[in-house]
This record gives sequence, structure tokens and C-alpha cells, in this order.
Amino acid sequence: MKKLFAYIRPHSGLMLLGLLLKFVAAMLDLMIPYMLEVIIDDVAPTGSRRTVLIYGAVMVGFAVASAVVNLTANRMANHNASKVTLKLRHDLFERISYLSPQTTDRYTLPTLVARLTSDTYHVNNMLVRVQRLGVRGPILLIGGIIITLTLDPVLTLVLVAMLPLIAITVWAVTRFSIPIYRKCQELLDRLVCIVQENAGGARVIKALSKTEYERKRFDGANEGHSAAERRAGAIMAVTNPTSTLVLNIGLSFVVLVGAYRVDSGMTDPGTIIAFLSYFVIILNAMLGITRIFVVCSRGVASAARIAEVLDEPDTLPVLEHGGDREDTPWHIEFENVTFSYNKVEPDVKNISFGIAKGQTLGIIGPTGSGKTTIASLLMRFYDPDEGVIRINGRDIRSIDRSTLAKMFGTAFQNDFVMAASLRDNVTYNRPISDEAVLHALDIAQAGTMLAGFEDGLEHMLTAHGTNVSGGQRQRITIARAIAGGPDVLILDDSSSALDYATDARLNYALYTRLPDTTKVIIAQRVSSIMSADLIMVLDGGRVIGQGRHEELMRSCEEYRRIAVTQMGEGAYAS
Amino acid sequence: MPRNDSTFGIAIKKADRRYVYRRLWEYLKRSRGLLAATLVLAVAANLLALVGPSLSGKAIDAMAAGGTDFSIVFRYVTLMLIFYVVSGVLSYVLAYIMVLVSRKISFELRRDLFRKLGELPVGFFDTRQTGDIISVISYDVDNINASLANDLLQIFKSVITVVGSLVMMLSIKPELVLVFCVTLPLSFLLTRYTSKKVRPLYRRRSAKLGELNGFAEEMTGGQKVTRAYDMQEDVIRRFDERNREATEAYVTAEDAGTLMGPSVNFVNNLSLTLVSVFGGLMLISGGIGLGQVSSFVLYSRKFSGPINEIANIFGELQSALAAAERVFRLMDAEPEKPDAPDAHELTEVRGNVELQNVRFGYDPDIDIIKGISFSAESGKLIAIVGPTGAGKTTIINLLMRFYDAGGGSITIDGHDICAVTRASLRRSYTMVLQDTWLFSGTISENIAYAADNASREEVIAAAQAAHAHEFISRLPDGYDTVLSDNAANISKGQKQLLTIARAMLVDSHMLILDEATSNVDTRTEERIQGAMRELMKGKTCFVIAHRLSTIRSADLILVLDGGRIVERGTHDELLSSGGLYSRLYYSQFSEE
Repeated sequence: MKKLFAYIRPHSGLMLLGLLLKFVAAMLDLMIPYMLEVIIDDVAPTGSRRTVLIYGAVMVGFAVASAVVNLTANRMANHNASKVTLKLRHDLFERISYLSPQTTDRYTLPTLVARLTSDTYHVNNMLVRVQRLGVRGPILLIGGIIITLTLDPVLTLVLVAMLPLIAITVWAVTRFSIPIYRKCQELLDRLVCIVQENAGGARVIKALSKTEYERKRFDGANEGHSAAERRAGAIMAVTNPTSTLVLNIGLSFVVLVGAYRVDSGMTDPGTIIAFLSYFVIILNAMLGITRIFVVCSRGVASAARIAEVLDEPDTLPVLEHGGDREDTPWHIEFENVTFSYNKVEPDVKNISFGIAKGQTLGIIGPTGSGKTTIASLLMRFYDPDEGVIRINGRDIRSIDRSTLAKMFGTAFQNDFVMAASLRDNVTYNRPISDEAVLHALDIAQAGTMLAGFEDGLEHMLTAHGTNVSGGQRQRITIARAIAGGPDVLILDDSSSALDYATDARLNYALYTRLPDTTKVIIAQRVSSIMSADLIMVLDGGRVIGQGRHEELMRSCEEYRRIAVTQMGEGAYAS
Repeated sequence: MPRNDSTFGIAIKKADRRYVYRRLWEYLKRSRGLLAATLVLAVAANLLALVGPSLSGKAIDAMAAGGTDFSIVFRYVTLMLIFYVVSGVLSYVLAYIMVLVSRKISFELRRDLFRKLGELPVGFFDTRQTGDIISVISYDVDNINASLANDLLQIFKSVITVVGSLVMMLSIKPELVLVFCVTLPLSFLLTRYTSKKVRPLYRRRSAKLGELNGFAEEMTGGQKVTRAYDMQEDVIRRFDERNREATEAYVTAEDAGTLMGPSVNFVNNLSLTLVSVFGGLMLISGGIGLGQVSSFVLYSRKFSGPINEIANIFGELQSALAAAERVFRLMDAEPEKPDAPDAHELTEVRGNVELQNVRFGYDPDIDIIKGISFSAESGKLIAIVGPTGAGKTTIINLLMRFYDAGGGSITIDGHDICAVTRASLRRSYTMVLQDTWLFSGTISENIAYAADNASREEVIAAAQAAHAHEFISRLPDGYDTVLSDNAANISKGQKQLLTIARAMLVDSHMLILDEATSNVDTRTEERIQGAMRELMKGKTCFVIAHRLSTIRSADLILVLDGGRIVERGTHDELLSSGGLYSRLYYSQFSEE
């Protein structure tokens, strides 16, 4: 909640103005029954029909004013709330965008998306309701009480004595319901997760005839969610009847006490009639207030879920000083780097290497040996558990996030091509000139592909790039990585669909035409990395061989085996 | 980033509106009993509450300075207390039943929506944004539920109160009731005008929120790429656009919706004014008593309160109806064509597959597969090669009837696949796709997915056969490790091994491998080869081949290009003929 107030504060001026308007409207509303009482008690006995009509005209005036003021205030409430929601969603999305992958995994995608949409929606709802009803309710309540006080203080006290009972009811109900609403949101996340999986796995589910199983899985989650909502609803439902009952009991006592006071001449029946009329206002105000509590219970639960993400500590803070090292010959340097995703078994262990600017690092090794992990660590998706990674001698943990990211151009294993023009797929919304795009496509060996498109860079690709071949798709993503003119180019198994000749031409182009770009190439083909300045052979997260191709052919048995399997005796040539 | 059109946001035709009401009513109808009970309770609770003012009025009438008849006052106050307590209890029971009804409705809506998802053809998910589907199931159903049940209750209650108050007022002073002849139509017109205006706005609000959801989901999923390109700012900017649109749609709808409250409140104030003016005048002329005026005023407030309420509810109902349109649009999506009525189970499959002049296009006007014929004999290995986009995956889609062929026929052991049940057809295949699909559950559950009753031993044996046992054992929780949606502790290759292990537990006579080993390195693949051969033994195998070993040992290689089989034969035959295959082979496979 504290978090939410920080968002509300900038709009507190306008909100206060809205409250003020609401206050005015409520007062106008209260004036109408008051004048009614005047007409019946004071004017009618005088027998002046003219005065009755004048009072009536004034009442109409008040009614019009109340409607206009109310409408204005309600609209202000909508706008204020939406401003808060807009900012809240923005900040939340921003926060989520910068969450470390580990944190994202811990939350899981559906709950993050739910927080962005359904939770912010509940908060928005709460803000609107509180502004629209939260003011009117209490003001009508307090105003009603004040007016009844002027009518007859003793009777009012009878009524007021009931209020603590209502307060206790509301407090207890809210206390119990907030945790349940929170649970409801969590169970809804689970539900959404299953829907998401089913949308993504339609083929597998159909192939294995598991539709019925998935239905049961969903029904289970659905039932759980429903049950929690039912519980919350059952508790919330207590508020309204209880408050009404308590007030009505108060009312009965008012009539009773009123009878004594009328009898002893301390008040007259007309006052009691007016009193009862105000009582209806007070009752409605009370019901309005309890209704707000329902919305608030949900809103508060949602606000807490949002705050949880917003308060998520930055797991990858930018350090003031890292383990920098002056005058190092290396552009990229790993020093004894060890990292584990689950902090149990290291996924990469004691990785040390250095490559100079413009050189090429080749990484090869079996599935799960840690190749991609090394690239992820280099781009600081994660921080190593031990050891230091440096670029130009600077600990990457001390480099500003955006500066660091701009150093890299990366093509991922299964990078995605979007439904947009070829140009947009290469620039990826970065300010990159057509010249640079063409240059990058050319290096990525996509020149002939481009020539085949009548509309050139305007050529539209379909979602997931289904209208180009796998090899073409990879060349587009490689061009994307090159186009930004990065200091470090990372190709993570991204030329696997290229034929041998094209792969060779790509490698040649990378060496000759990007001499100043340091290249990190992760591959399963020896041919893709055999001309690298440094080849690292990984197995189970450990380096089992490091050196140039010829050296490894001599010294690393595993490397030799892979090379010979893939290339035959040709592996010894070059 | 692909941005599909919002599927469920298209404006609905006027004639369809009645349809939405009807569909909603079907759900309400299932709680008929409970609804009837609420109706009775609502009548009872409100009648009791209505009696209140008349009781207090009678008590007041008995009051007079120095001459109050206390026995009458006591009697009426006691009656008031009894009525209020009973009314309170009834109100709670009523509210609780409403919770039950509304939960039941949203439970059933969600259940039916999900059921629908299961019936939809694969093509539906190929073309729709998951986020928008989710938005329908979570947000739109909530929206219907939040208001529908409560609103109906309120309308019931209000109608009863209105009728009751009217009767009471008529019994007090029929002339004064004439006041409402002015104000009631006014309320009605205002409500009608506003709800007409507000409906399309609420619809837009739902659609925009769906879009926002879709975008948020897509972007959160593609976080890695966004991060690598330092594109967060750009993505956030684009999120902001949608956020703004969604918020604007919200505000516009709400602004129009808030018109209802104050304007109807105005009408109520107006009627109160009229009542007091005429009441005052009548009091002067002596046509009415003080207690009567009091009761009348109380009833008139009770009378207009619900009208105010109904007006507000109409606003909320518009939002529920807009959501309901989206819900039923998804529920009415074209399901997979049902099995032919005389479809039989495909049993004791031997695995002779024959395609004759099969044609197909995702867009019916453009054929992707242009007349393909081949026959695969039981136990043979068929390798399908060709450039991407040649139609390899499409053939798999047709074999398993994820899509139906547009022309020609496909038979298994002489049975046309359109004449057998889809479930039995699909069960007769084992499928390993390039797209690894695992669900949030334990590793063991994921492996045993295809075989419900698989024991732990069988799961482990399957994992061992797929060479997944080793890495699974290394995980802290082993086979009970829970996979979250993009489990960081499992690499792509390892996920692939898990799907292969899953396939090991499928008992079938035909196998489809779609580039299944592309994420597995050479060494692991070598190891899997043995297991794969085991998996393939005795089965008719269709392999979209990328690996030399598969192609070499294939009994039949089909070379696809542009939706046609351009060459067919064994490896040696094709190589010696020097066509497309040999060119492909030398460029694509030679180095592996």
C-alpha cells in the first residue's frame, strides 16, 4: 500500500479537488431533504403556497447543481485513477523488462503478465471507487450525522453508538478477505499457465490424445480458484447485511427514545420524520462504504502483488568498482569463472580465457556443456558465482547496463523473425541506416536472398519467418547482430542451417570484413570454428581443451574425435 | 514482433446481441433452483424491509407531547426489530447464494472455454495470439461474473422494492404518486440513452485490454532477445502506446458510464422535490396527515433508490455484455471437424501408409502441397528432405490430420484416414517434434505424459534409453524436479532429450521425427542413435531428415521442392542420378 501511495501522491492535488467537489455535491444532496423538512414543518403550517413553490424551485436548483458537480467529480476520478494506473503499469513493465532471467523464472511468465493486466485493473478499480464513492459515502455519513445532531443530539447519539459495531465488522471482514483474494489471484495465475501451455502444445496434446487429461488438469485449477473466490465471497457477503441490521436496530431505538422525548415535549414528531429521512441517507452511505471495502480488499491484495515485483531487488546492480585490471592485452577476459543456475551443481566451472580485439573465440562441446551459459555470462544475463569477467580490463559488473548491452550483437540459437519488413527485422527498431543494413546482410551472406526479393528491403516476412527457409532466417538474424556495429559479435549456434559452402563464406566474411569486431562463435560443427584464434572445448561445464585447431587436434582427444566424425581425415588438413 | 489482430474485439452485429443474452441465460438457467430461491428470498427480505417505514410511521403517529401511547410504540418497535433481524439473515443467505451462483457461472464459463480450446484445430493456435485467448478466459470471464450475478440480484431486489414501494405509496396517497409519471420516464430515457452510448465503448475497452495482455505476454516471453539488443526502452515505449490506448479506452468508457449515476440521482432529487412541494401543498389544504407525508417520503426514497441502482447496473451490465461477446466468440470458434459419424477406431495398425495425389494449402486458394503420392510400407524408413518451405512439415500435419488434405487421399492399411477417428489415428503415431513442449510439472510427469500408468521404473528406463537419465540424476530433485515454463536449469538440448524419453513410452507402429535432433550435439546424438533405432524398430518411420545416418539408411528418400516430390529413391540411386538430392546432399550433409 505504501508503494501505491507514492503513485497517488503526484495526483493528490487533483484528487483533493475532486474530493472537494464531491463534498459540495454531497452537501447539496443533503440540503434537499433538509428543505423538505423545512417545507413540511415550517412552511406548510404557515399556509403560504407561494413559499412552498419558491422552496421547491430552490430544491430543483440544488438538484441540478448536485448532478453537474457530481458528474464532473466522477470524471475527474476516472482520469486521476487512470493516470496512476498508466504510470503503475509502465513502471511495472519496465521493472519486469529488467528483471534478471532467474527472477523471471521464479515468478513465471503468467503471473508477471497477470500482475501487469489483471492486478493493475483491480487497483484501478479500487482507485476509481474510492474517489467516487469513498468521499461521498463518508461525507454523507458525517454530514447526515451532523444534521441529525442539529435536529436532535440525543437521538443522534443512539445512532452513532451503533457505528463502532459496524467498524468492527468491516475490519474483521477485510482482515480475513485480503489474504484470500491474494490466494485467488495466485490460483488464477495457475489457471492461465495451463491455458498458455495448451495453446503452445496443441500438437503434442492432440497427438497423444491428452485433451481429456488437460481438461482434468484445468478443471482442478479452475475448481481451486472457484473455491477460493467462493470463500472470499462468503466472507465479504457478511458486511452488507450486518451493517444494515446494526443501523436498523439503531433506528428502532431512535424511534423508541424519540417516543419518550416527544412525550416529554423535548422534540416533535416532524423532527423524528426528518430524522428517519436522514437515516436512509446514512444507511445508504454506510452501504456505499462497505461496498468500497469489497473493492478495496481485492485492490489491496493486487497492489501487494504489484509491489512485490516493483520491490524486487536489482539482482544485477552496477558496481562502483569491480575487479578491474589495467593494461590487459585482452578485449574479453574470463578469470576463473564459475556459475550455477540452481546453485547446486556448477553449470560452468573455472573458465579462464582471454581474447584480443578482433580475434575469434570458438566454443564447441556437447549439449548442456555450458556453451550458451558462457555467452549469457558475457552479456551479463547472470553474474558469475565466482571469478571475474572483463571487457577491455573493466569488470563488466561495473559497466552501465545499456553501455554493456550496446557492445554486443547476438544471434541466438532459435532467434525469432517477426512479421515485418526485412529492413525492420534487421534494424530491430534501432536507428540503423539502409547502408549499414545492406552491409550487414552482405556479410551475413544474405545478398543473394535480398536480390531475389523484388521489393528489396521492403520485403515482408511472416510471423516466425515462415516464408523464408531456415538458412535464410539464420542469415537474417546474423545480419541483425552485425548491423548495430557491435564490438563483440556473438553467434550462438546460429549458422547450423547454413550449408557448408555458405557457412564457410560467412566465416571468411566475418574474418576479413569485421577485423575489429571480436567474435564469439558457438557451434556444433567443427568447420564453423576451426579457424578461430582460440577454441574452447567444453564438457560438463569444464574446459577440456583450449587452443587453436591444430593444437587441439594433437592435444584434445575429444576434439579430435568430433572433428574426425564430422569431417573425416580432412580434419587434419588446413 | 508479430502483432496479430485482436481476434475477439470485432464489433458485434445488432442481431447478435439477443444471441449473447440467450447464451448467458443458458448459464444462468443451470442455477435455476438457486436463482428461484434467491428470488423468493429477495421478495421476502425486501417486503420485510418495506414494512419498516410503515411500522415506524405508525409508531410516530402514536407520539404526541404528553399523550404518547407507549404500548403502541413498544409494539411497533418490537415488530421493527424482529423484521430487521429476519431481513438481515435473509439478506446474508441471499448474498451467499448469489456468490455460489456467480462462482458457478464463471467456473462453467471457464470450463467450457477450455473444453473448446481442446476441440479447436491446431491451425487456430498457429494463427492466434495466446495472450488474447488468456485475456478472454481470465479477464472477460471475471468481468461477466463480477457484475452479472450481483446485478441480477440487484435488479430482482430493486424491482421488488419498486413495486412494493409503489403499492405502499398508492395506499397512502394515490394523487402524490402522479409525481412519478414525470420522473420515471425521464429515468428510463436517460438509462436507455446512456447504455446505448456506452456499450461499444466497453467493447473497445475489453479489446484493448486483450491487446495489451497479448503484447505483455509476447514481450515478457521474448525478454532474452530484448535484453541482448538493449531494446528494453523501445519495447517499453511500445508497451506504453498500448498501455495508453487501453487506459484511454477505459477512461472513455467509464466517463460515459458515470453519466448514469448523477443524472439518475438528479431525477430522484427532482421527484423528492416534487413530492415535498405537492406534499406541502396538500398538507396546507389538509388533504394529508403528517405521518402520511413522512411515510410517503420514505417510500419515495426507497422507490427511487433502486431506480438509481438499476441505472448504474445497466452501465455495469454493458461492460459484462461486451465481455460476454468476446467469450462467446471464442466459444463459437469453428472446432475441428467432428469425426465422420461412421468413423471407426484404427486398431492393430500394421503401418502401410499411402498418399495419393494429396493437395493442400493453408490458404485454400494457394496449394502448398501440389499433388503428392507415395506409399510407405510397414516398417520402412521414409526420409523427407528438401529446402525449408518445401512442405516437409506440412506433410506431417496432414498425416496426423492436424490439417485435412484439400484433395487426394491418405490411407493407413487401406483405411482412409478421414474414415477413422482422429484420436485413434493420432495414437497410432509416435511424434517427436523440433519444438520441444514440456508443461509445468515434474520431469517424471512430463516423461510419463503419453503413458498414464507408467511406473517410476519405466520412466527411468525411458530416460536412460534417451540418455536423459544422467542429467536428470544430477538435478537436486531428480525426477521430481519441477519444470517452470522456461526452466533455466534445463538447456534446449536437454529438453529435447526429455521429449525423446517421452516418445519412448508411446506404444505405436508409426513414428514421426521432425528434425528432432537439431538441438542435440553430435556426440549425444550418436548415443541417441542407438536408442532411436530401438524406437524405430518395426515401425513405419517418417523422418524429416537432417542427418546423414538417417538418410543413408532410409528405405525411401523423398525429395520435396515447391510442394512436389521431385525425386525419390534410395540414397545411392539418387546420388548417382545427380539431381537436386545430390546437390542438397553435397551442400547440406557432406560435412556432418
